[in-house]
Amino acid sequence: MLPEANWITRAPSLRRKAALLAKVQDEAGHGLYLYSAAETLGVSRDEMYEQLHTGKAKYSSIFNYPTLTWADIGAIGWLVDGAAIMNQVPLCRASYGPYARAMVRICKEESFHQRQGFEIMLTLSRGTPEQKRLAQDALNRWWWPTLMMFGPKDDDSPNSAQSMRWKIKRFSNDELRQKFVDITADQAAFLGLTIPDDHLSLDPGTGHYRIGDIDWNEFKEVLGGNGPCNRQRLEDRKKAWDEGVWVREAAAAHAQKKQAGKMQAA
Amino acid sequence: MDHKHVGSLHAADPAMALENARDVYTRRNEGVSIWVVESKYIHASDPGEADSLFDPASDKIYRHPTFYNLPPEVKNI
Repeated sequence: MLPEANWITRAPSLRRKAALLAKVQDEAGHGLYLYSAAETLGVSRDEMYEQLHTGKAKYSSIFNYPTLTWADIGAIGWLVDGAAIMNQVPLCRASYGPYARAMVRICKEESFHQRQGFEIMLTLSRGTPEQKRLAQDALNRWWWPTLMMFGPKDDDSPNSAQSMRWKIKRFSNDELRQKFVDITADQAAFLGLTIPDDHLSLDPGTGHYRIGDIDWNEFKEVLGGNGPCNRQRLEDRKKAWDEGVWVREAAAAHAQKKQAGKMQAA
Repeated sequence: MDHKHVGSLHAADPAMALENARDVYTRRNEGVSIWVVESKYIHASDPGEADSLFDPASDKIYRHPTFYNLPPEVKNI
């Protein structure tokens, strides 16, 4: 939400603005579904917000990167939502009902997100040389962070074993990452853009793309709170929470007043 | 058409709950009517007891129309 909301006021057309607004609204809904699913495990919404605001709760690494140009919105929709879809479709059959059902709803909405992003990249890459340059630059900055969304290499993933044993996670990080690269490399070729990986090459034997080394140090730093936007993201969240206190209090007071009024009338 | 469960949300009162449900769960014309119920008023059967709870119906095949063999000449029944 936060990286993309940054460009709502500067979308280049009404159509783009309406689409981006709808996407950001969807993302808010996705947060709701996941918090609701987590609540079934016995933790309260307030507790989870507290964990988020104090930095105790982790969230996807990808949200800690900045959106520097309009083209970033295209790159995010195409790559980030694309990676999310890759991860989330199998989760629709995870063993935990509330989580799986949340994923079903999320996946239905994600495909509009990815197509919206790809359409932006298509328009830019077929536009003026400057527009194409913008699209290429956005791809250059979002490619590797997107690959990191799939998590550490299987050998280095401490949480995977338990999640797979419990049938929550059904495919490994590397499997999903490979599938994403194979699909997206073709899409990049169609756009006439170059993926920023000198080692990217199709292995004719396996039919899969080989990729270069991911900078796991960057991943560690971003997860540890030292990415480009970690501090700002958390500050924005806390500000929204603090500035919304009066709204929550007013809503609760109004509800109580109405309830008391009803009791009196009865 | 039946009302089916689509999810949960937080709200201060029923009116807000209906509006929030409309905003979150009917973004693509998924429904023409919304019911909201406070979760404290929902009572559920125990999935662990499902077998014994629903078992009694399994051997009462005479509840089904197919149990009754009528001559084929009889129409509209």
